[in-house]
Amino acid sequence: MLEPFILIPGRTSRQGTTLNEGKLKQDYLRETSTVLANPDDCRRLGLNAGQRVRLKSAHGEAEAVVEPAKPGELPPGVLFMAYGDTSSRLMGADTHGTGMPDSKGIDVTLEILRPMLQ
Amino acid sequence: MGELRIVENATCTFCGCVCDDMILRVEDNRIVEAKNACVLGKAWFLNHHIEDRPVALVNGKPASLEEAVQRAAQILVEARYPVVYGLSDTTCEAQRVAVAIADRVGACVDTTTSVCHGPSGMAFQGVGEVTCSLGEVKNRADLVIFWGSNPAESHPRHMTRYSTMPKGLFVPRGRKDRTVVLVDVRRTKSAPAADIFLQIKPRKDFEALWALRALVKGVSLDDGVEAETGIPLAQLQDLAQRMKTCKFGVLFFGMGLSMTRGKHLNVEAALALARDLNEYTKFYIKPMRGHGNVTGADNVVSWQTGYPFGVSLSRGYPRFNPGEFTTADTLARGEADAALIVASDPMANFSQPAREHLARIPYLVLDPKETPTVRHAAVAFTTATYGINTGGTVYRMDDVPLPLRPAFPSPYPSDEEVLKRIERTIRDMQEN
Ligand code: SF4
Repeated sequence: MLEPFILIPGRTSRQGTTLNEGKLKQDYLRETSTVLANPDDCRRLGLNAGQRVRLKSAHGEAEAVVEPAKPGELPPGVLFMAYGDTSSRLMGADTHGTGMPDSKGIDVTLEILRPMLQ
Repeated sequence: MGELRIVENATCTFCGCVCDDMILRVEDNRIVEAKNACVLGKAWFLNHHIEDRPVALVNGKPASLEEAVQRAAQILVEARYPVVYGLSDTTCEAQRVAVAIADRVGACVDTTTSVCHGPSGMAFQGVGEVTCSLGEVKNRADLVIFWGSNPAESHPRHMTRYSTMPKGLFVPRGRKDRTVVLVDVRRTKSAPAADIFLQIKPRKDFEALWALRALVKGVSLDDGVEAETGIPLAQLQDLAQRMKTCKFGVLFFGMGLSMTRGKHLNVEAALALARDLNEYTKFYIKPMRGHGNVTGADNVVSWQTGYPFGVSLSRGYPRFNPGEFTTADTLARGEADAALIVASDPMANFSQPAREHLARIPYLVLDPKETPTVRHAAVAFTTATYGINTGGTVYRMDDVPLPLRPAFPSPYPSDEEVLKRIERTIRDMQEN
């Protein structure tokens, strides 16, 4: 099943600290491929922490790992992810004459990949 | 135990706050403690030690500096549509040499501003910016609004050092004399630090800002505003009233405005709101700039070409056109045939078509660390880290220039040194 969402990539403390350790290191890669979702959406879709999902936009796709957000942090239908390679893969190339691709508020679909390993 | 040194009043260049009150403990050419730094600043100082990497790589193989400079110059001289990109994490001194190289080879010069606050730069040209320094905010601001920005995680000392906590001349009780408002799609870690949090629907910033403009001017609106923006009319009316009646208000906006659909129009709405408010009180607006010297990049490129980013020098005089001469576009459209990238990682941050094209063309990169961009480069230089190993000048996000105080020397050359050598070699090639 493909669920529509709006994805907001942004900065996190951990993305900032692990960036300094190295962009090719595990901690940075993990932080920038974790997607936060509203807990109600998680319950509705049967998403648990650590579940692998595929996000698809009109421009590309990427795999990520789900983490339920704190209650009240994210409204239903909105996903958050730290900036990085994964979020950039979902971004289109068109800058609409500004030099800046639409990098926040990206329409994506979420597909649940294989069930989580216990 | 090795030699111990204390470097006082060092400057952190990790984010646009550019805090210049660092006390660094340096042991054996390694920073072991960074007093006054936030969590990001600590990670910045404690992780930039001397790594054992070749000074240069040509086609992925270790090379001497001289060989790499020769190859780099050759790539740029032979190119028909070169681009110079990055520049926000290096000194102003290095930035000006990069612009000189762009001028010599007729390149497009563009900085990471184009993919952070580039749309804000366009909006400044359209509306203007009612500007002030962070010192004025500290001493005067009694209403501080963050819109589409999460300072707790992206600029951790902004609130404590400049905007909400410090005691100032006209706000002697510090935080108690201020009202702090946060507007964001997400209830971020900055929310607990605000008195008022307004959760806006995604991609509705323009609408909410325009509604506030109307309310400030006394236009009455109906409840449709809430359905559109997600913010109840009463809350917007309350905010408009606070904005009109504060003594000194400031709106700090982040990439929530500039990166979301509407981009420069979102920022124009915010700038126009701040401008309108000056009919009633003193009201200012500033972008929250990300990289340590991205503001310096805007300043240097502006004073050298007349425009802040997205400038083509191919005709021998500067032309500014975001969307045409900006790097995300020249790469994605497959136009650029060579690139000079300074302290930036487009291979990880750009769209897929832009990355694919970059992988096809010869490019050179200067970076202290290994990144995806370094891995694919025709020529990669390992350089000293600005602010930690090299001196120079950087601009804080409020356009205040600050000197750097390096902690320990690096065996690697500075960006400025490498760029100067490339420029000299290009000049020799062109003259012969
Ligand atoms: S707020 Fe920014 S400049 Fe200041 S210490 Fe933290 S990372 Fe460095």
